[in-house]
Amino acid sequence: MTGDAILRAEGITCRFGRFTALRDVSASFPRGALTAVIGPNGAGKSTFFNILSGSIPPTEGRVVYEGRDLARTPQHRYARLGIAKSFQITTVFPSLSVAECVRVACQALVSRYDIWRPRARLTALDDEAAALLDTVGLWDKRARPAGLLAHGEQRALEIAMALAARPRLLLLDEPTAGMSPEETRAMMQLILRLARERTVVLVEHKMKLVMGISDRVLVLHHGEVLAEGTPADIRGDATVRRVYLGQRDAA
Amino acid sequence: MDGAGSTVAVHAARPDLLAFATRHRATLAAVAVLVFPALLPFKAVAADVLVYGLFALGFNLVYGYLGLLSFGHAALFGGGAYACGIVFTRFGVPWWAAVGAGVAGGAVIAAVIGALAIRTRGIYFAMVTLALAQCVYYAAYEAEGWTGGENGLRGVDVSAITLGPWHVDFVNPLTRVYVIAAFVVVALFAVSRVLASPFGAAMEAVRENEARARACGFDVRATRWLAFVLSGAVCGLAGALHALTIGIVPVETLTYTTSGLVVMMTLLGGMGTYFGPFIGAAVFLLLENLVSLWTVHWQLVVGLAFIACVLFFPRGVWGTLLAGLRR
Ligand SMILES: Nc1ncnc2c1ncn2[C@@H]1O[C@H](COP(=O)(O)OP(=O)(O)OP(=O)(O)O)[C@@H](O)[C@H]1O
Ligand SMILES: [Mg+2]
Repeated sequence: MTGDAILRAEGITCRFGRFTALRDVSASFPRGALTAVIGPNGAGKSTFFNILSGSIPPTEGRVVYEGRDLARTPQHRYARLGIAKSFQITTVFPSLSVAECVRVACQALVSRYDIWRPRARLTALDDEAAALLDTVGLWDKRARPAGLLAHGEQRALEIAMALAARPRLLLLDEPTAGMSPEETRAMMQLILRLARERTVVLVEHKMKLVMGISDRVLVLHHGEVLAEGTPADIRGDATVRRVYLGQRDAA
Repeated sequence: MDGAGSTVAVHAARPDLLAFATRHRATLAAVAVLVFPALLPFKAVAADVLVYGLFALGFNLVYGYLGLLSFGHAALFGGGAYACGIVFTRFGVPWWAAVGAGVAGGAVIAAVIGALAIRTRGIYFAMVTLALAQCVYYAAYEAEGWTGGENGLRGVDVSAITLGPWHVDFVNPLTRVYVIAAFVVVALFAVSRVLASPFGAAMEAVRENEARARACGFDVRATRWLAFVLSGAVCGLAGALHALTIGIVPVETLTYTTSGLVVMMTLLGGMGTYFGPFIGAAVFLLLENLVSLWTVHWQLVVGLAFIACVLFFPRGVWGTLLAGLRR
């Protein structure tokens, strides 16, 4: 299973003071697959996500991307390595226009410290941004300030901004959090489309949402790996069902 | 002349006049800077408006465009003034080279303060910059041999300047104002250019959302540091021009009241707008001059005007005007 993994987590432990949020979590994420990380609230999914995406360092263990230990890689380098992410709490540039948000995200790959040339001259970025806005269905809203978009639209914008890095690995933390059923359906369609061209790791606590679309599922519970396998394996797993039965969102 | 300076199809939605003004903000600002000294009866105030307007313009790079409130900009302004004054009086370099030294001095001090302060944000950033600027103040106060200590650095006297074939009388208030204005115009174009550059976009990204900017691939610390250094260069230029205008560098230039002054001017004009800081400096200094003509309690009046402005026009004079036009 570690055969062609684009990303591997090896023995990740994460402690916040005395509290252990993750205990010896190992997992590997096959190239080209859509892997879902699920688990009830507080299972440690976001903590795991933040460690995978370099936002926080693990207390123990390491994250290996394309055979490279990421321990010493500063976070702003991840984009150029081909790793992009969207957070559980939406992050966009609220007072910039939707188009400018995506344009800046594209720009980050090619120009970061040029203080002299007019940015308007980087016209290729406008085309790139336009294509991305089209992909996530926000082209009509391009002139609006990002902060004025509806919640679901902001999430879509955040994904467009993540895609601007042309990632080989896309990490998504609960992209449907707080979305209406229609928005959720549209987002799942989008993720499925994006997963055709790249590796996706999707963190989600609603089990039902991910079963239909993921290739592999990793179940976290109380900071430990409870189960791992194909959606069919997971559906048949007795311990997983027990954990999720008590949950409101189980179904 | 707005702040965003964004390029993608946004301006189409705005009134044409505003789009035009945004595109030509530096030219329009330059015209304003060149016209107003002629209209103003007191030339000494005109010189002050230019110097402090430029100072506020530089400060706004960090405050308005990067979103960091510095309470230590006196060190950059004063650092520029001292660098200019010291090389002029001690080493006898020509006046224009002394101005260059002021720019470099402001940038170097900003590089050091910036390197130490950019790890923090919010109130901590304000406190760290304040503390470091106080260190600069005490250093200048103690280093009497170089800085003149508490008496200030005297003798920054430029009576006439030569530029190729021209001899300009620097004692004449009006010509002096126009020499200063020439530098300010250059700075206005340079700052506008930086704001419209890819780096300008990086600054906005860092201000808007640090986590997302980092995820996009911007090095947040490096971006902040470079912006701080650029701000230091502009404020250093303002300090150097100040030294040349008044012929002395008072040690008070480095006190925290100077840092507070530039915060007030910027807020008054409108943070995060291109020309707002300049307007803020002009409003502040004109108010100060007019009110002090009829009452010795001018500080009280100006203070109340400032509070009223912050309460009722939080975008500042210029920011409110722009927002009104945009609607
Ligand atoms: N910075 C922190 N300091 C202390 N405790 C933390 C911190 N971050 C997370 N925790 C704790 O770690 C546990 C796991 O949190 P985490 O956010 O990873 O859960 P999650 O699975 O993402 O939950 P949710 O479905 O609600 O997003 C929780 O009990 C949380 O309170
Ligand atoms: Mg979470």
